[in-house]
Amino acid sequence: MSQPVLGAPLDRVEGPGKVTGRIAYTADNDIPGMVHAVVVESTIANGRIAAIDESAARSAPGVIAIMTPRNAPRVDARKVDANDSLLFLLQGDAVEFDRQPVAVAIAETFEQATYAARLVRVRYDVRPPTTALASGERFLPDQIFGKPAQHKRGMPEDAFARAAVTLKQTYRTPTEHHNPMETHATIAQWTGDRLTIYDATQWVFGVQHRLAATFGIDPKAIRVVAPFVGGAFGCKGQTWSHVPLAAMAARLAGRPVKLVVTRPQMFGWVGHRPQTEQVVGLGAARDGTLAAVTHDVLSETSMSDEFVEPSVVFSRDLYAVPNYAMSDTLSRLNISKPTYQRGPGESTGSFAMESAMDELSYALGIDPLELRLRNYSANDPDSGKPYSSKRLRECYAAAAAQFGWSARNPKVRSTSRGRMLVGSGMATASRATHRSPCTVRMRMNADGNVLVQCGTIEQGTGTPTVYPQLAAEILEIPPERVRFEFGNTDLPAAPIAAGSQTSGSVGSAVVVAARRMRELLVSHDGKPPADGFEVELEDSPPPEEAEHATQAFGAHFAEVEVDPDLGTVRVTRFVGAFDGGRILNAKTARSQMLGGIVWGISMALFEDTRYDARSGRIMNANLSEYLVPTNADIPDVEVILIAGDDPFANPAGAKGIGEVGICGSAAAVANAVYHATGIRIRDLPITPDKLIR
Amino acid sequence: MNAFAFTRADSVAGALRAAGGDAKFVAGGTTLVDLMKLGVENPTTVIDISRMPLAGVSRMPDNGLQIGALARNADVAHHPDVVNGYPVLSQALLAGASAQLRNMATTGGNLLQRTRCVAFRDTAMACNKRSPGSGCAAIGGFNRNLAILGTSDRCIASHPSDQNVALTALEATVQISGPKGERSVPIGDFYLLPGDTPERETVLEPGELVTSVTVPPPAPGAKSAYLKLRDRASYEFALASAAVVAIVRGGTIERVRIAMGGIGTKPWRNLEAEAALHGKPATAEQFAKAAQIVLSDAKPQSQNGFKVELAKRCLIAALTTVTQGA
Repeated sequence: MSQPVLGAPLDRVEGPGKVTGRIAYTADNDIPGMVHAVVVESTIANGRIAAIDESAARSAPGVIAIMTPRNAPRVDARKVDANDSLLFLLQGDAVEFDRQPVAVAIAETFEQATYAARLVRVRYDVRPPTTALASGERFLPDQIFGKPAQHKRGMPEDAFARAAVTLKQTYRTPTEHHNPMETHATIAQWTGDRLTIYDATQWVFGVQHRLAATFGIDPKAIRVVAPFVGGAFGCKGQTWSHVPLAAMAARLAGRPVKLVVTRPQMFGWVGHRPQTEQVVGLGAARDGTLAAVTHDVLSETSMSDEFVEPSVVFSRDLYAVPNYAMSDTLSRLNISKPTYQRGPGESTGSFAMESAMDELSYALGIDPLELRLRNYSANDPDSGKPYSSKRLRECYAAAAAQFGWSARNPKVRSTSRGRMLVGSGMATASRATHRSPCTVRMRMNADGNVLVQCGTIEQGTGTPTVYPQLAAEILEIPPERVRFEFGNTDLPAAPIAAGSQTSGSVGSAVVVAARRMRELLVSHDGKPPADGFEVELEDSPPPEEAEHATQAFGAHFAEVEVDPDLGTVRVTRFVGAFDGGRILNAKTARSQMLGGIVWGISMALFEDTRYDARSGRIMNANLSEYLVPTNADIPDVEVILIAGDDPFANPAGAKGIGEVGICGSAAAVANAVYHATGIRIRDLPITPDKLIR
Repeated sequence: MNAFAFTRADSVAGALRAAGGDAKFVAGGTTLVDLMKLGVENPTTVIDISRMPLAGVSRMPDNGLQIGALARNADVAHHPDVVNGYPVLSQALLAGASAQLRNMATTGGNLLQRTRCVAFRDTAMACNKRSPGSGCAAIGGFNRNLAILGTSDRCIASHPSDQNVALTALEATVQISGPKGERSVPIGDFYLLPGDTPERETVLEPGELVTSVTVPPPAPGAKSAYLKLRDRASYEFALASAAVVAIVRGGTIERVRIAMGGIGTKPWRNLEAEAALHGKPATAEQFAKAAQIVLSDAKPQSQNGFKVELAKRCLIAALTTVTQGA
């Protein structure tokens, strides 16, 4: 072949289907006999259901049933493991957060169910809610993803006390909601004791497992299909309450049921990024060498469940810091359970740490980029393990050159363009890459065409495009001769499509299977037999992979214009360079980075879920009042991919790239605002009111 | 939304005949349909008036402009007579909503746009405007983007429109048809302060219909501009906005009209501030004095104190823009 296949910016194979509307997402599917369910959610954040009057709803046109705690099928709402979530399945009358499911209206049409849901009258015994981070009951969680909630290396207290320069500041990030374009949706159909589920999920096997426990049936009796997922960003990683509720409604109605979560309900029970309050302490020598870093995080969790936002990961695993201490404290609030949101931990932690590094650079009079280079770590500073690969220096250099960083006047409030103050800021990006066991089946027919099967999902990341590309490279055939089948539990088991692990997990399994297929082909003189070949294997990370730390890296450079009188901030330029190991497809990889940077700009300037302190009600549960950027808010964004193999990461040689783009990008914007104005904003988002004080 | 009867009126007379009870007129639907979905508006009859012949924009004998109630925001914003004679109106319209909404929204509908106060739009919250006597969840609650001028202890909802701020600075007049005939109301008298009856927002009587808005001819030498400040660059309501129409000769302000948005319970005009500028040099010092006058009665709530300073700066910036080079 003349052109290399791997890494080529091939168009998405499902692209034409998506832009012409031919592809069906979960809610686009209809099953014969199907009826519709609409969730009635609580309007209080703390208390008990005193009474539900569903009489008007029951007699509304088309209504089949109103499911309430009185008549809901008894199911098991408990978590199946530590990573799972307690669900709200109408098994009791307690209400612990705003928009908790309290009833479900089931009717012939969506409109009838929506109308009936509105007629359900719920009376509550209301108790005052707690939604302020400072007011919740505080506790140290037992563990954070298998690690202790408090951890230190070296002698951080001593080193901090002895450091020539110290800095300690508090940084805050607000509650943020994922808001993918596609809202959650589930279709449930019982055939006897067998259950078929269509669901907008990042993990069909997770849904299968959870529903088996909820209904006390064999997982094999449950088939889960995720046709296409219209964005997820972590909120579709868990099986949330509406999924079993749809199946319960289907049982009650004796008909297949479609349940679509509304946009305001997307602020209810489907997870969010928790608000954080982070105290970062830096102790350094006059030359900028870090002697000690402390990072103490307070984040929110719900009343009956626990999620820890691991913000500390960023400060723990990046710079060459001999003395380090961290803690993660939780505050119990009347909110729904927080969850993973794009770059969980690093996104919030990088805002705090990279803002603090920026503050240190100005305190010492050292260029912000130079300060990072002086603390560059060749090995993972916490475990001491070598990185599987690290091209962060190259990222800094390429992005700085493209941005024109060296031409910047380092003095704050020194540059203007007309009336506008101009500032530039930078930050490091870093994000851990994971890998989990994954099974694939690969079939080569007699005609040489290949089918790859794996029960992963497509959420906009390029699944059906990049894995055929990877197989085609190894098999030395054109990628259009490889088809990728995905998205249901009949297929070989894949891990959750989250945590920047799909390229490493699914990609590696595809690589290993393709290599075996290639061996078979060679042993048959390059020609498959009449009945073809089939390879099915489970690929697991071998123990020696743990000898290296695998992280994706990057460097963000942002330029902003700030109106000194009116406090408005406009990002005018953004350059990011990234080390994601081997790039499987330059086009989809670039999209991932663009998306991550846009999320970072959004985090810096816009996103902020607001609670009413008295009622605990979310006050901006829609896309008008919950701000995300418009096109007018986003400048030209330049993405540079520092590609290269990573032989130690995994067989695919690819590090996760789905999340590294957001990590550090908000800090780059905040640092640019400081450079422009001399005003340091430590609580996001950066809105005009904070700049005109 | 609730079930409702849907009728269509092709003429003003037909619309007036169909009106009555809790019937609502619908044109672009960008406010009403939204509020019906939220359960905030629950009319049992909706009268589609979008086919009435009231979409024109035409020059009047006095060289003023008549804008039909059904003229789309996008069409008005790009109309040559508006772009040339009343830039403040064109700019205000284009600062509002999104292109898609501006293609649907009409002049008359925008005139009657309801507040974006989230307590008003969320039926789980107390709101005297939506449900008189139920209280106000926004006072002492979530009020970052609500009003600091013209409020009462019953309601602090801010008027959301950009168009109406420009029309107020242009001293527009609202033409109304109703069961008792036709009448004209200067826009300054069209909106009501919330007082004890926040559910009443305008002087429109039941069954009355806005048919057009007229603006007087552009004053010779007048310049105008609209400045809108908000949390993002587009598709967002104003934290504060200012519409300014001014004539400046030899550095002296001969005539100025000022209206502000985002900060009042109605489009906010302050005659005292205008008078203070008349005959004065167009300087930052004078602008600051005028801004001080406009905001002197401001009554900030728990979360929107910043609007006092932001609104002053907004007005000063708008006055500076309009008077620059004059």
